[in-house]
Amino acid sequence: MTQAAIELRGVTKSYGATRIIRGVDLKIERGERHALIGPNGAGKSTLFNLISARTPLSSGEVLLNGTSLRGLAPHQICRLGLSRSFQITNVFPRLSARENLACALFWAGGHGHAFWRRLSRMKPLLQRADEVLHDIGLAERAQVSAGALAYAEQRALEIGMTIAAGAEVILLDEPTAGMSRSETARAEALIRKVSVGRTLVMVEHDMSVVFELADRISVLVHGEVVATGTPATIRANPQVQEAYLGKVVEATHA
Amino acid sequence: MTPSHRDLLLGWLGFALALALLPLALQSDFALSVASKIGIAIVFALSYNMLLGQGGMLSFGHAVYSGLGGYFTIHVLAAVNDGRVDLPVSLLPLVGGLAGMGFAVLLGWVSTRRAGTTFAMISLGIGELVTACVLMVPAFFGGEAGISANRVTGSAWLGIDFASQTQMYYLIAAWALVCVAAMHYLTRTPFGRLANAVRDNPERVAFVGYSTRLVRYQLMVLAGLFAGISGGLAALNNEIVTIETVGAHASGLVLLMVFIGGMGYFTGPIIGAIVVTLLQTVVSTYTHAWLFYFGLLFLVMVLFAPGGFASLLAGGSATLRAPGALQRTLPSLLLGLVALASLLAASVLAVESAYRLWSGSAKATLAWGTLQLDPASASPWLVAAVLTALGAALLVACGRIGPAKELA
Repeated sequence: MTQAAIELRGVTKSYGATRIIRGVDLKIERGERHALIGPNGAGKSTLFNLISARTPLSSGEVLLNGTSLRGLAPHQICRLGLSRSFQITNVFPRLSARENLACALFWAGGHGHAFWRRLSRMKPLLQRADEVLHDIGLAERAQVSAGALAYAEQRALEIGMTIAAGAEVILLDEPTAGMSRSETARAEALIRKVSVGRTLVMVEHDMSVVFELADRISVLVHGEVVATGTPATIRANPQVQEAYLGKVVEATHA
Repeated sequence: MTPSHRDLLLGWLGFALALALLPLALQSDFALSVASKIGIAIVFALSYNMLLGQGGMLSFGHAVYSGLGGYFTIHVLAAVNDGRVDLPVSLLPLVGGLAGMGFAVLLGWVSTRRAGTTFAMISLGIGELVTACVLMVPAFFGGEAGISANRVTGSAWLGIDFASQTQMYYLIAAWALVCVAAMHYLTRTPFGRLANAVRDNPERVAFVGYSTRLVRYQLMVLAGLFAGISGGLAALNNEIVTIETVGAHASGLVLLMVFIGGMGYFTGPIIGAIVVTLLQTVVSTYTHAWLFYFGLLFLVMVLFAPGGFASLLAGGSATLRAPGALQRTLPSLLLGLVALASLLAASVLAVESAYRLWSGSAKATLAWGTLQLDPASASPWLVAAVLTALGAALLVACGRIGPAKELA
């Protein structure tokens, strides 16, 4: 049996008496594109926060490539090769788009906290930043400060920062939220391109994106995974249809 | 060489040249000592802005690092006086820098655990603690009287013995040039970007693989180094270090300097250091009310130009660079300046009259050349009122004709 890229074992999260995540067991294989769907408030973003240690677990364990992430800080998990994006845009507003990407590349580029090298001399890193800018369609906006970018552009930058350094495991939290149809198509193509040979987990509300991209889908309802399987089995699952998909499935079949 | 490189190089050459030629323009010893103080303040303010402007860390205790740097420098200077140590005086600011850095390594470990308001409170607490220690350990800190030593000591290299203020000025200018260049270099490195990232959005920094705490800590240590150097320079310049140098007042002053100058720009703290030091040294020789003007200036800046002088200059030059902008903006610019001048005159008149009226000082009349005004009579108040009305009217008119808004 191959080792899972991400494994969740009995993960729970409670705020006081409120149980947000009620014991999730999930294995995501290497190289898999996995979508996490479910109604609002099901705990999808919370699950992402638990995996990336943005919020501490109440109980259970998360393993990345077989290594337990217990007690690790977010930056340490990032260094292990897990990169995530945020549902609410989370960029560096006063830095330019290019500088935002540079920041996302420093650690992987081996630059540590370098205060002796000039950024303008770091050609490979800046070249990579420009490549990503091109991929996310912001080549013309490289020098604009991130806070001044349009919303969809910030979303694109958010994805760019997450994938720039080439992390093995990528978590995308609603990457296409707030994007127009053409922007969504571009983002979808980009996600498909960068996720080749990597493990991708995404929370997504756009069902066409989900069924287009995902190898497997998990359905989260009230903090529990009610079903996991290929898009076809998820479509066919009556429990899932009842709980969540309903009209969407009918619509895509029609 | 790209145009931006050329501009930068020209800027540095201009800065170095200005520092080198300044003593020729300044004839009096007083002016030279003011220039020396400005040089020290520039290094201190820039080191403070590494925290505030670059890293988003509001510190209320930055004088701890400059002050302790000063104490260590003066002790080593005293040792050179006694012949216990043989070090060139020109290198002693480095002792201050290392001391400042050492204490930042120690105290920063605690204070940078948290950001935001908590960091500010911890820095305030550390400032009070250190001030208390200075009083409690008179053997090292000299109690209220402080520690003094003589900078004309050791072997003079090439006849430079720092006996004159001119030589001291050049030492300060040289150190200031090196420190300003080093701090500017830092802003252009990955570390400088990470500091900005921590300022903008600490949470995301963790998700690009960095510990925000470590970045803050490193910033603190480097800021401590430069603050210590400024403290060492001050120790050599004044030949005495007292408790005021570590106190809350000094820490507050540097915050005001950086704010007035503009923390969003590298040049902001430099401008702030110049303006505040001039107020402190030059304006204070004319009036005891200088602190009042200082407070007034701070308030006006906070309310109307929160980006500081640097942002006013940047906005102004950007507006004026547009084609035909000078002709368009000149009338409103002049009008605005006249308005500000008359408002300034009105407030000076009112403040000075009030000060003379209530302080009960012997010099009870206001005298400008042949013009004599008695604060007890209605005349200065009437003039102030008229000037205020004039200034306000001009400001309104200035706003009407437009382009001045672009400048603000």
